[in-house]
Formats: sequence, structure tokens, C-alpha cells
Amino acid sequence: MRIVVCVKHVPDIQSERALGPDGRVVRDQGDGTLNELDENALEAALALVEEHGGEVVALTVGPDDAVDAVRKGLQMGAEQAVHVLDDGIAGSDVFGTATVLAAAVRRIGADAPVDLVVTGMAGLDGLTSLLPSALAHLLDLPQLTLAAELTVADGAVTVRRELDHASEVLSAPLPALVSVTDQTNDPRYPNFKGIMAARKKPVDVLTLADLGVDPASVGGDAALTEVVEAAPRPARENRVLVNDDGEAGLRLAAWLVENKLV
Amino acid sequence: MTTTLTGPVLVLLDHASTGALRTTVLELLTIARGLGTVHGAWVGAAGTPAAAGPDDATLALLGEHGAEAVHVVDLGPADARLSPVVAEGLTALAAGTGASALLLTSSFENKEVAARVGLAARAGVVVDASGAGVDDQGRVVAAKTVFAGTWNTRCAIRTDLGVVALKANSVQAVPADAATVPAIARLSVAVTEAAGRTSIVEHTERVASDRPALGEAQVVVVGGRGTNGDFSAVEELADVLGGAVGATRVATDEGWIAHDAQIGQTGVTIAPKLYIGAGVSGAVHHRGGMQSSGTIVAVNSDPESPIFEIADYGIVGDLFTVLPQTAAELRRLQG
Ligand SMILES: Cc1cc2nc3c(=O)[nH]c(=O)nc-3n(C[C@H](O)[C@H](O)[C@H](O)COP(=O)(O)OP(=O)(O)OC[C@H]3O[C@@H](n4cnc5c(N)ncnc54)[C@H](O)[C@@H]3O)c2cc1C
Repeated sequence: MRIVVCVKHVPDIQSERALGPDGRVVRDQGDGTLNELDENALEAALALVEEHGGEVVALTVGPDDAVDAVRKGLQMGAEQAVHVLDDGIAGSDVFGTATVLAAAVRRIGADAPVDLVVTGMAGLDGLTSLLPSALAHLLDLPQLTLAAELTVADGAVTVRRELDHASEVLSAPLPALVSVTDQTNDPRYPNFKGIMAARKKPVDVLTLADLGVDPASVGGDAALTEVVEAAPRPARENRVLVNDDGEAGLRLAAWLVENKLV
Repeated sequence: MTTTLTGPVLVLLDHASTGALRTTVLELLTIARGLGTVHGAWVGAAGTPAAAGPDDATLALLGEHGAEAVHVVDLGPADARLSPVVAEGLTALAAGTGASALLLTSSFENKEVAARVGLAARAGVVVDASGAGVDDQGRVVAAKTVFAGTWNTRCAIRTDLGVVALKANSVQAVPADAATVPAIARLSVAVTEAAGRTSIVEHTERVASDRPALGEAQVVVVGGRGTNGDFSAVEELADVLGGAVGATRVATDEGWIAHDAQIGQTGVTIAPKLYIGAGVSGAVHHRGGMQSSGTIVAVNSDPESPIFEIADYGIVGDLFTVLPQTAAELRRLQG
């Protein structure tokens, strides 16, 4: 099996995150990291390859430091890394990003067929969860999203997933696109051997021109939405913090009633 | 004075397979009335009671909330539980009605639908929004909090059709000033083979409990590791308040409660009027799913817990004494 895993370099969720005056995420703080959920995506792909044979290709779209995301993929055991790097991509919305990723997957598929594309269920920066469906649409692949469990057998992929009102098992013939949750697996840590091997593996850098993507279809100008206002949320006012002296529960009840919360 | 949109505002009418409307739809209709002329979009799955369209009582309810028309989308034999299938139906409907906006409830399935309608209809999409309006250029503008609820943004949609997925409890649902009698229109859409390439092998709708659904509840009481597996105090308080029970990932991973109760970035995103966290530390992954709650109450034995940084009312104490005391007192006050 040949599996492409889409990975993203995001600002560390534990860090102070901000939007700039242009409405874009401030990315110059040097505390970026691989989107945690993409570790689950890499793990899922590596486990499938261990079971069925084949190789994993880690793919990212992003500025210079985004290369760390695919390097982490190599350290965990991916065979190949592809980084789409082009100033024209800056400011893309999810559709612009999906357009570039789709072109890159097609390009990777030109070397040898791709059986499966795996992504995390969301990027922990924007958290829209829109990308997996957008990418499946552009690649014309069946989508199996939010996989909590994932198996491949007889040329088909099957996932179990939990939705708000139902639990489901989905199945589709390969090639297909799967997005995984953090329930899917426990990602492995890169070991010394993996880290050393990753140093020797090159990262293929591709531009929009290499991929034949029209620059007018991506980037900030092509984005279909724009942030027109952004401000840190004002602090909550009139906050109360008490130590329980044996009667805090009574006072909470009174406070809830007083504030018409019951 | 705000402008309104020229084309209709489509509202996806989410419902259970029985045909019962989800309560979040009334919130969407309330928001939609502020944008323009409201039309409902009904996609009923073949073989369910909902296939034919809304029943009379549901139609009346939609009329009370200002729907001028209800479009029943017939997808033929295609499986209308699959988001690519629903997306094709809605894309055709949006084109056929010349819609200016499509509003959906921000569930995972609907976000998938939104992504595909966005691509197919070249429409800007905002998900997890907490409000929507129209700016003076006639563009759809959505309000949204980002970065685990620490920033407020407003996002304008640059295309003729704007797709906005709104979180439950974004507004209080209120009936329109004057009820309407929605006209029924039917639209048959031939779905492409591609949309149906995924098949649903199993689909088990969760049996509704006596408590309100987590994603829609006005009050949510959440238990974390501090419960040590004993959710009885959490459940008791939730029941007195008529609320839903939620959990942190630790509690679901430990198997103390079902996984669908998990609140946070990889669980359900909630924005109830009142959130009460008991034995919850307030880790950033959890905060991302609850920080836009109206009022936040925290009961935790550790004064250093980060949840106190965002709590409107914090009690440093043992949840096993505080929660039952609050529940008993509320029962007494309520008579
Ligand atoms: C990729 C990823 C995604 C994640 N997604 C989510 C998510 O969606 N939702 C989520 O919740 N977590 C998520 N997590 C996990 C998250 O990081 C935290 O580990 C988790 O939220 C902690 O749960 P907790 O507050 O119950 O436990 P802890 O952090 O262990 O806190 C327990 C608290 O209980 C208090 N306590 C103990 N006993 C008592 C008592 N008797 N009375 C009162 N207080 C008591 C303690 O002081 C402590 O503050 C995710 C993690 C990762 C890596």
C-alpha cells in the first residue's frame, strides 16, 4: 500500500496564540509543532504499512518551518517527505490549501499509485474539520471521516466512528481518504534509529509551478472569506473564587438562582 | 440599519430519523430571519418516516419561526445519511433557489456538508460560528471565537452564497412576530455515483436519554478525573438543573462514561448558558470545547487548576461535598 499522510505545522496549542492585523495567525513565534492529531494519522498509516507492506509519504503545505512536520513524519517511519513551499500560498483559506494538497497528492500518485490518503480530524489551530472533505471532493475519493478504528482488507477500507447522534461503520473501496481522531491509536515516539535514518532522507520541495497550480486559485486574494475583526476576548467580569468552608455549595445554589441560571 | 440578502436564506432542517426536528434548527431560523427571507431545506433519508417531508406539526413550528417555504429534497435511492450525498442535494437547491446563504448546525456531519457545498458552489464557509449577520456591503458576516475561546473574530464571506455552520445555543430561539404558512416545494436531485461510493455498513442511532442532548443543552455538568469514576454527584446536579452530563477525555478514556460525552477539541464543542465542571483541571484541549459557555462554574480541590482562570464562579473544594449540597439546596429553593 502507498499511503499519503497530510501533516500540518501549527502554533503550539499550549502557547499564547494570536491573530495579526491582517486576520492571519501570527506564526513567527518559533514555537510551532506538528499538529497533534496528525501524529495519529501518521501512526495509523505506519501501522497499515506494517501490516500490509508498502510505504508512507508525509506531505505538508506551509512556510519554511513547516518542514519540521514532515521531518517528524520521517522520524516516525515515513519513507518519503514532500513539502510544498511557495510564497503564493500564504493566506490561503481551506479551499486554497486543499487545492494545493490535491495537486501534490496527484503528483505523488504519478510516481506510483496512492491507495489511501490519511489526515487528522482537524488542525488544532483553526479546528474547522473542513479539509478532509474538501480534499476528498477535489481528489474524487470516497471519504471516511472521524475514524476511531480503521482496517483495510480485500481492497476496501472500513472505519468505525461516533457522531453526535449515532455511531456508524463506513466502508469504501480503495483508493479512499480517511480522517482519524485521537481515539484511533497511541502514536509512537521516534526512536534513535528513526531519528538517524530521517537525517539521511531528503525532503522533496515543490512549488506551485511544479504542481501546475494556477497561483490565482490560491493565497489570500483567492480566499473566499476574510477576517474583518479580531480581538482577544475580554476577561470575564465579577469573578468569584471561594474556599469551601462547609457551606460553599449552599452559596453556589443561591448565586445560581440570583443570576437566573436555574 | 442593516441590509438584508437578496436571495433566500436556506436553513438545513436537521431531524431525527423519526422526523422530529432538532431544537437547534429553531435557533438557526431565529438567526436566519435577521438575514433575509427564510427557506427550510429538508433532506429526509429514504426508508425513514422523515422521507416524505416534515409532518403538519413540524410545518406549523417552522411557520411560527418564520419559514416562508420548505424545500423537500428527494435524493432518490442515494443514502441521505452520507454527507457527500446531502451536499449534492443542497448544492442543487442553492443554485435552484438563487440562495444567498445556507445556515447549518455545526455538527461534524454538517461541517463536511459545508465543505463540499463550498467547493461545488464556490461559496465561502465559516463553521463553529456563534452568530451571523449582513454587513453594509450586503455580505454575510459570521462571528466566531478562535484559539480555545480566547479570541473573538468576525469573518466576512466574499462570495454570493455564504455558508455558515452555527454552534448550538448561539441564540435563544424565539418565534417570529407573525407566523407564516410555509409553502412546500419538492426538488428531485440525481446524485452522482461518486457521492455514494462510501457505504454505511452499520448505523446505530443513540437512544435518547431523559436528559437533553449534550450538544444542545442549556446547562451542562461535567465530571473529570476528580470524580474518580463516581459520576453520581455530577448526574444528580445535572438532573436538578435539567441539564446534560459531560466529561473530560480522562473520564471517557477510563471508561467511566461513554465516549460521546467527551467535551473538548476532539469531542463535542458546547456553548451552554451554564457550564459546571467538577474535578476538571481545565486543560487547554478541554477548554477549546467549552470556553464560550455563558457562565462557567468550577469545583476543584486544587486552587492552582487552570480552570479557575476562566471560571465566573470557582469553589476550591471537594466535589463530593459541594455538588450534593448545591443539588439539595436547589431542590429546597425550588420547593
Ligand atoms: C490531541 C489531544 C486531544 C485531546 N482532546 C481532549 C478533549 O477533547 N477533551 C478533554 O477533556 N481532554 C482532551 N485531551 C486531554 C487533555 O489534555 C487533559 O488530559 C484532560 O482534559 C484532563 O482531564 P481532567 O481535567 O478530567 O483530569 P486532570 O487534568 O487530571 O484533572 C483532574 C482535576 O480534578 C481535581 N480533583 C481531584 N479530586 C477532586 C475532588 N474530590 N474534588 C474536586 N476536584 C478534584 C484535581 O485537582 C484536578 O485539577 C486531549 C489531549 C490530546 C493530546
